[in-house]
Amino acid sequence: MTTRIERHHYDVVVIGAGGAGLRAAIEARLAGKRTAIISKSLFGKAHTVMAEGGAAAAMGNVNSRDNWMVHFGDTMRGGKFLNNFRMAELHAKEAPDRIWELETYGALFDRTKDGKISQRNFGGHEYPRLAHVGDRTGLELIRTLQQKIVSLQQEDYAATGSYDAKIRVFAETTITELVLDGDRIAGAFGYYRESGEFILLEAPAVVLATGGVGRSYKVTSNSWEYTGDGHALALRAGATLINMEFLQFHPTGMVWPPSVKGILVTESVRGDGGVLKNSEGKRFMFDYVPDVFRRQYAETEAEADRWYSDPDHNRRPPELLPRDEVARAINSEVKAGRGTPAGGVLLDIASRLPAEEIKRRLPSMYHQFKELADVDITKEPMEVGPTCHYVMGGVEVDPDSGAAFGHVAGLFAAGEVSGGMHGSNRLGGNSLSDLLVFGKRAGEHAAAYADALPTRPKVATADVESAVDIALAPLNRQSGENPYTLQQDLQAVMGDLVGIIRREGELADALKRLQELKLRVANVGAFGGRKYNPGWHLALDLRNMLVVSECTAKAALERDESRGGHTREDHPKMDPKWRLVNLVCSLDDVGDVHLDHKPVPKMPDELIKLFDRTELSKYLTDEELAAYDALTGEAK
Amino acid sequence: MGTKRHFRVWRGDSSGGEIQDFDVEVNDGEVVLDIIHRLQATQTPDLACRWNCKAGKCGSCSMEINGTPKLGCMTRMSTFTDDETVTITPLRTFPVIRDLVTDVSFNYEKARETPAFAPPEGLAPGQYRMRQVDVERSQEFRKCIECFLCQNTCHVVRDHEENKEAFAGPRYFIRAAELDMHPLDAKSDRKDYAQAQQGLGYCNITKCCTEVCPEHIKITDNAIIPMKERVVDRRYDPLVWLGRKIFRRDQLEHAPAYPAAGQGSGNLAPGDPAGGTGVAAGTRFSSARPPAAPDLGPDGKLDVAELLSQRAGGPSPFGDEQTFPLPNEHITYHHPEIGKDEEH
Repeated sequence: MTTRIERHHYDVVVIGAGGAGLRAAIEARLAGKRTAIISKSLFGKAHTVMAEGGAAAAMGNVNSRDNWMVHFGDTMRGGKFLNNFRMAELHAKEAPDRIWELETYGALFDRTKDGKISQRNFGGHEYPRLAHVGDRTGLELIRTLQQKIVSLQQEDYAATGSYDAKIRVFAETTITELVLDGDRIAGAFGYYRESGEFILLEAPAVVLATGGVGRSYKVTSNSWEYTGDGHALALRAGATLINMEFLQFHPTGMVWPPSVKGILVTESVRGDGGVLKNSEGKRFMFDYVPDVFRRQYAETEAEADRWYSDPDHNRRPPELLPRDEVARAINSEVKAGRGTPAGGVLLDIASRLPAEEIKRRLPSMYHQFKELADVDITKEPMEVGPTCHYVMGGVEVDPDSGAAFGHVAGLFAAGEVSGGMHGSNRLGGNSLSDLLVFGKRAGEHAAAYADALPTRPKVATADVESAVDIALAPLNRQSGENPYTLQQDLQAVMGDLVGIIRREGELADALKRLQELKLRVANVGAFGGRKYNPGWHLALDLRNMLVVSECTAKAALERDESRGGHTREDHPKMDPKWRLVNLVCSLDDVGDVHLDHKPVPKMPDELIKLFDRTELSKYLTDEELAAYDALTGEAK
Repeated sequence: MGTKRHFRVWRGDSSGGEIQDFDVEVNDGEVVLDIIHRLQATQTPDLACRWNCKAGKCGSCSMEINGTPKLGCMTRMSTFTDDETVTITPLRTFPVIRDLVTDVSFNYEKARETPAFAPPEGLAPGQYRMRQVDVERSQEFRKCIECFLCQNTCHVVRDHEENKEAFAGPRYFIRAAELDMHPLDAKSDRKDYAQAQQGLGYCNITKCCTEVCPEHIKITDNAIIPMKERVVDRRYDPLVWLGRKIFRRDQLEHAPAYPAAGQGSGNLAPGDPAGGTGVAAGTRFSSARPPAAPDLGPDGKLDVAELLSQRAGGPSPFGDEQTFPLPNEHITYHHPEIGKDEEH
């Protein structure tokens, strides 16, 4: 074979350079490991920059009654008790330390009057909890981690004369295959997007931090990178995925004008006083407070409006319900014919706050819509509707270490690509803290795993050869099908049939169409050469998008209930029996998705006692409730 | 509802290329990046272009549109007239990789050379206390999305490959300013560093960087000028000047302020740009340093400080007559080639 392959040796390879990836890499480097960071884009451009609201951590800076137990409770409640309790617990306990640590890297969060990190309200969080920087918190996080990595490289430079001695960033590089030695990770194979040259990184430990899958949907806030690479790599390496039926549709994405279609309007617009109105001018959210939340939410506009200034003595406005509730409410209003012509509703902050105040509190939001669409949010309401935003599902991992389940060793996952933490629905602000907490853990445990290995796994030449063949296949079929057309068709199937509201017939239809697409994707062609060829890159991403879409469609068809980010119109109720079940996806020998039922880990006594019985009774089965009563000694 | 519009897009690679003509459908409310995506999907599947968020937040889709450096996702088609031809070319200051994609590694190298935040000693995580008004000044610079449009526009390096080694560019001046204004940064010599190692002296405040910044960061007014003023304050302090007149010059020749930088030349031009990672020890500014004389130029006269210019913006490198955007029919594009275009 004449193909040139650049070879590197590392201890830990981190795939993905968003918040989780960078945090994992920092930890692996601090543990003394030679670490590679693979970034599909330029260094510092990751999708994390899009996160606006903030990072949730119970620091108690604004309301001293906040603590990890309240945060844990909110997270479980948000995820409809399907979360992996241990992940939610670790997350709530460790998030404050991870945020404070960022300040030692140089982050500059907004401050309270006494100089601490300011925290803001957000949907589903009981107390003001989100550390933030205006509405560009994600950018601050990425920049801070990026600059920390540079500072580590500077230390290495001082010690060795080379910036890349201990930690190297491979920018604009895509990994197409994980290489195995038996059931152990031996390395990762991919290509430089710039030159099209191949690269093989031999390493015993790989951390997946590739983010989500939103590019398989028509209307999405996700960038082109979100093609489910990590999900697919994990599946092909023998790991398993859980919760893939749960996708979060952000309730307030712009639906008009087209230049901003899919772009999110941060929830803090609602936290700061923005209200949702239908085309008749009615503030409709009061009609959509589900019974489980009725005690915490205001019933009148007057009470809701008082809450912004006096949250201790009033209940919160229903605009701050968890995301899935808001998304469903908007969907119902639009379907009932009370939406705007573009199929959204109106989000009004202009009439609620003075223009100067809006500009101060939401500077990027104001700036973004003014520049991108010539919409002035201080003067007119925004047209918003549900947008595919986040996938709760992902690689099934050990909560403490981030090590992937299934039959593969040396594979770790953190951030959006991992599953379990958020259950069936993620609370806003929990993703930024998630990626810090579990990014650190994955990096730490990947380093420890690499240390403990007695012998290094070996890369087999045959595996590399087959990876090269697969990567070059589309270029050898110049007249094959257009990858852009295939992507549009896939997006149409997922958006129309596996979208926010799902039905059995449509899901079955979607699965059939996905099979047809699979045959067409096998025949995809890419025109042109290997050098920075986006058509070729897309052709290679398609097979990842397809297998992940199949997981979502299969799991969505199987779970005949509605919960969090999965709404079945034909089964609108939550079923306590389904709360006990995780749907686990794996690949069988011929590459088809196989679905298993697996019990959700049971919460230990000290954690379940944090909840009161009335609340639990909405989620648990009768047997579970009886066990709870026996535990607390509470009578019926 | 879509109409066909005429586009001219530069295509090629490091070995050369040309502007190609396309007619593409344009719909209401679209931006230039939408059009590039339509081109990829319908006519040129291998047209190379960077993009990510398509929301003006990641700074990936930097390009030159009708000669002006801009983000493709932030340039609305409605800003052009219906019959206007739109010409799209790559960032001129960086080597072309392919089509609209350029090699921006220059910027990442400069980032590596800029000393990182130095955490204050004795403060544990969680103990940091800062006032909102104090963090806001640095926060302005932390809005930077690293689109590198300022780096591309800056005439110190645009078409002047030879200056790239000594000059870090506006992006890294605001990084220095951000750390300088950080309430808890333990390093106190950021300004002097910018002057001595980053080439701040090359900047003659034409404000081109501020003009192209999609985040509207006041790069020149809030970062570069304050840093220059402080540096100049010290250099041209009248007492220091008087002291130099009173004492014999040969008594002061020794002990240059920056042993590591440029062999004691106190010129406003930068010294040796190498290092700058903590390795460049000895750059720390101390108020106890002996007064240094401003150097004379080769003509035997003092440098003219650009701050004395009567026009705030300074002269445009393109000349006062030139207005932007350039008329379409006048735009040709020839990407500068290192080594072949030295006659500039």
